[in-house]
Amino acid sequence: MVMIKGRTKKSLILMGFILLFILSFFISIGNGAVKISPLGIVKAVLFQKDSVHYQVVWNVRLPRTIVAALVGVCLSLSGAILQGIMRNPLASPNIIGVSSGGGLMALIILILFPKYYYMVPLGAFTGALMATLFIYGLSWKAGVHPTRLILAGVAVSSLLNAGINGLMTFFPDRVAGVIGFMVGGLSATTWIQVGTILPYALAGMTLVQLLPQKLNILMLGDEVATGLGLNVEKTRFAFIILSSLLAGSAVSVVGLLGFVGLIVPHMTRLFIGSDYKYLFPAAIFLGGAIVMLCDTLSRILFAPMEIPVGIIMSALGAPFFLYLLRKKEAIR
Amino acid sequence: MGLEALDIHVKYGQKEVLKSIEFKISDGEITTIIGPNGSGKSTMIKVLSRCLNPCKGSVYLDGENLKNIATKKIAEKIAILPQIRNLSSDIIVEELVSHGRYPHLGFKQRLRTEDKEIVEWAMEKTGLIDFKNREVATLSGGERQRAWMAMTLAQRPKILILDEPTTFLDISYQLEVLELIKELNKSLGLTVIMVLHDLNQAARYSDNIYVLDNGSICEWGTPNEILRSDLIKRVFKIQSHIYEDDINQCLYFIPEKRV
Repeated sequence: MVMIKGRTKKSLILMGFILLFILSFFISIGNGAVKISPLGIVKAVLFQKDSVHYQVVWNVRLPRTIVAALVGVCLSLSGAILQGIMRNPLASPNIIGVSSGGGLMALIILILFPKYYYMVPLGAFTGALMATLFIYGLSWKAGVHPTRLILAGVAVSSLLNAGINGLMTFFPDRVAGVIGFMVGGLSATTWIQVGTILPYALAGMTLVQLLPQKLNILMLGDEVATGLGLNVEKTRFAFIILSSLLAGSAVSVVGLLGFVGLIVPHMTRLFIGSDYKYLFPAAIFLGGAIVMLCDTLSRILFAPMEIPVGIIMSALGAPFFLYLLRKKEAIR
Repeated sequence: MGLEALDIHVKYGQKEVLKSIEFKISDGEITTIIGPNGSGKSTMIKVLSRCLNPCKGSVYLDGENLKNIATKKIAEKIAILPQIRNLSSDIIVEELVSHGRYPHLGFKQRLRTEDKEIVEWAMEKTGLIDFKNREVATLSGGERQRAWMAMTLAQRPKILILDEPTTFLDISYQLEVLELIKELNKSLGLTVIMVLHDLNQAARYSDNIYVLDNGSICEWGTPNEILRSDLIKRVFKIQSHIYEDDINQCLYFIPEKRV
């Protein structure tokens, strides 16, 4: 791999990611029990509204693909933000309690009050946000130190996970119903889920385009950032809430797919560098593309059986990430 | 005018780290804070640069309480170079230096022609123009320190606060950085506040020296007033001899033994 320098090269890589995103979109919609060519997809949606293809594309594949893309966007943005504000490569949405908080709340509903299963998205979302605020509050001591925040996050998460495991131990007969949520899956996705996640994804995408410079400054260290006139605590709090909202909205729709938020920002950084002006748009397109591709695989790999996308993500993502890591290190 | 601190108290838990600090610097002077480890030098620098809120007392910039000025407005006048800082491995010199323009940029965060000229000037001033496209992480210790200083220069501050700018540098880079500080002070009228460990360097490069001991200022004055063997014995617990350096026209001391 060539050393990345200069704006032209970064722009080219970004263009590559955009192409990959578009390509993944058509691959995801075109593949499954019925194969449809990209041209067929466009034709079906625009002109043949009474065909079977239209039914398949519009009612089944399109909402699912869109949700996959948006989930990827939300989680990778969330992770990119957190790795920046904590200046820690291990930071991910899981660290600020999104998975454990959202997971516990969802499980309480699914296991204890299964009648209200439709409340799961809202519950997971509030659970995620509450866990984040709790962790933030615990780590506050005349300001929030990133390391303290991470440690508080690990502690609170393991506490909440104890709750999750407790629930599963006491109600073994109901565990089967929650596995899908625990691993993260996109089956039976409809336009309703699109509606749930779209506002957050759009808001997140717009906001991060406005704020890359603040994160670049924050990356230089708290004291340097203060010296440059950035209100460190306020900025960090705003970013933490933003990433909790982004990841929480994703978790509420697909379940615990936290891995994307850890790995995709790293991959993006390895390709395009750490300047957030490029990192943010790149994370958006790469995150969306990766989840769409993995979801496609989860549908066709063992068809007609479908495996949760979370499993594919980890099984393929982790080795590829390790490969990238080794290769980059060989150059330095 | 300038920077003034009145009755500063700082506590870490039960421990009083700074006790009733009074501190005043005038425009255009180089002021150095010296003192043994744990005497509160870094804490004091943090208070002066608003990275730490004192539990009592305030810092005033041109007569106005720092707390009442927006942090961005302060950044237009005071630049700081702390010890703890973070660098992404791929950031290049020009990028780092242009971060110095942050407090001056508008909502869109675009560098205007004027900003770009100032960034060029800052790299020129610190002798980094040939390195502008190099990754900061690949530079030598002294060059890296100059790159950070160029960033603070790009802020076009009136006051520059540096926490141990020579630590981890070999003697040649130490001189280089201190000469640069002196030169900036002369040519731009930059007011400098810094922490130094080397008493001889403090004596040679400062207009004023503040001596911190155990959280209080025990003495302050010109280098000639401060570099006395009784004071060094009291504060640093060293027996020493003071000589005059005719070439650099300053005092210097040679330690004999611990007491």
